[in-house]
Amino acid sequence: MSAPAGWTVATIREALTSRKISARELTTEYFSRIEKRNPDLNAYLALSKERANDQAARVDALVAKGEALPRLAGVPLAIKDVLSTTGTRTTCGSKILENYVPPYDATALERLDRAGAIFLGKTNCDEFAMGSSNENSAYGPVQNPAAPGRVPGGSSGGSAAAVAADLAVVSLGTDTGGSIRQPGACCGVPAMMPSYGRVSRYGLIAFASSLDRIGPFGRTVRDVAEVLGLMAGRDENDSTCADVPVPDYVAELDAPVDGLRIGVPEEYFAAGLDAEVRSKVEAGIALLEKLGCKRVPIRLPHTEYAIATYYIIATAEASSNLARFDGVRYGLRAEASTLSEMYRKTRQKGFGAEVKRRIMLGTYALSSGYYDAYYLRAQKVRTLLARDFAEAFERVDAIVTPTSPTPPFKLGERTADPLQMYLADIYTVTGSLAGLPGISVPCGTTSERLPVGMQILGPHFSEGRVLQIAHNFERAGGFVV
Amino acid sequence: MAELAHLELTDAEAETYGAQLDSILEYIETLNRVDVSGVEPMAQVAYEGVGGVATPLREDVARPCDVGDAILAQAPEAKKPYFRVPKVIER
Repeated sequence: MSAPAGWTVATIREALTSRKISARELTTEYFSRIEKRNPDLNAYLALSKERANDQAARVDALVAKGEALPRLAGVPLAIKDVLSTTGTRTTCGSKILENYVPPYDATALERLDRAGAIFLGKTNCDEFAMGSSNENSAYGPVQNPAAPGRVPGGSSGGSAAAVAADLAVVSLGTDTGGSIRQPGACCGVPAMMPSYGRVSRYGLIAFASSLDRIGPFGRTVRDVAEVLGLMAGRDENDSTCADVPVPDYVAELDAPVDGLRIGVPEEYFAAGLDAEVRSKVEAGIALLEKLGCKRVPIRLPHTEYAIATYYIIATAEASSNLARFDGVRYGLRAEASTLSEMYRKTRQKGFGAEVKRRIMLGTYALSSGYYDAYYLRAQKVRTLLARDFAEAFERVDAIVTPTSPTPPFKLGERTADPLQMYLADIYTVTGSLAGLPGISVPCGTTSERLPVGMQILGPHFSEGRVLQIAHNFERAGGFVV
Repeated sequence: MAELAHLELTDAEAETYGAQLDSILEYIETLNRVDVSGVEPMAQVAYEGVGGVATPLREDVARPCDVGDAILAQAPEAKKPYFRVPKVIER
């Protein structure tokens, strides 16, 4: 029954309405694929079979009655394990939440449930979304299906791998400093971080609240656009979720891109960029020019300070957000005779090395006497980084860069040196800090057949334009440039 | 720092983290080269000053929340309607 090229939102819809397959059969097919391949890939941490079958039954009942199908009817979805799902274990890749079962759905999931999606299960990720390789998961690393022996990227490595291996048609990740776009690049699938405030964070277990976003992976830009449009828009449970109209992203995809001005920042093509990644992204930009885009050299002068700024702000917010994991209300509790001893022993036992490292760094940045020198200074540099972009967007419609400075590295290669690992996010943290939307699209492979990603960034709430460029790029053969 | 963050570290961990945090902090010192005089701190994304969109606040109205039992059921130790914790003693 399965199409060799893999199902998409549109082909599933066609197959359901013409009754070539039922939602139940499709769901069963995906669970059997997962059972076969997940032992090697480790992309899923938990499956929600009962819920998936209920959701499939709902879709099949609509088909039987000949009623109109919602937009994601029968589409198998994988969900990063930092998003709350009613009744399905949600661990954040951490031992401290090993047995946590949320009593409610994240707003984004509530909306996708209503749109007819099938929730297959929860995907592996770096603990509390902190990492760039998925090696910080307490449940073991994920294998990259597109590059055996290499990292799938992080932190949403399981969600990227699930789509790349066709163990889901679409998936959700979260991006704080690159955690959707970088694994998308590593696994060779399109992956989008929307603007800050585009998708409600309600039910997303927080890492860094001024940076966290929820966004989709798919095998086509069209599927990414479908999922994003259904999740986006005002939610009164998240005061930072903006009251900005949500356009029909899918309807806008086919508009031509000729005449658009594409900014190419020189700082993103400087020392540290792998030569093969550079040449692929250059070829990608040349293809956009062939489609009629105008290449405009630009400068984003504060780029070199982005990683340092990010690691102060993100860790400061994390140290505060993760204070809630103390053994009192949920998750692990270590035995102790006093309350403060219980806090310390629980957190010692429940958190992994990277989480502890970031909590300490953030605690330091916020501590009395250091606050002005670190946290406040970083917030000011963040303003300068955001201004760099605002000024650039007066001259260009979008900015194109590599997603990551290197192709996916080998498992274990960077685990001993945290700073080296942080530098994997050098081209993605900037858009995170400025609150901009960005997509990573596949842009060919290196001579060793390792996937390369090209990032397209736009001004706040310009998702439609970003997706339109990505879609035109894909249609012109950009994914294999 | 570990104590402030309610973390208990072994001596070996303290040594590893100490060295790693030193090198990260040294890298972060590069921020001292930036002239930030007169620059407003960006405490949130959602304001017009950086191209964002301000978000309105909703009415402050109480709404029923019926997940109390489900939440207490997750607790390591609870006695309705409370969470139970070990004795509270100042360190």
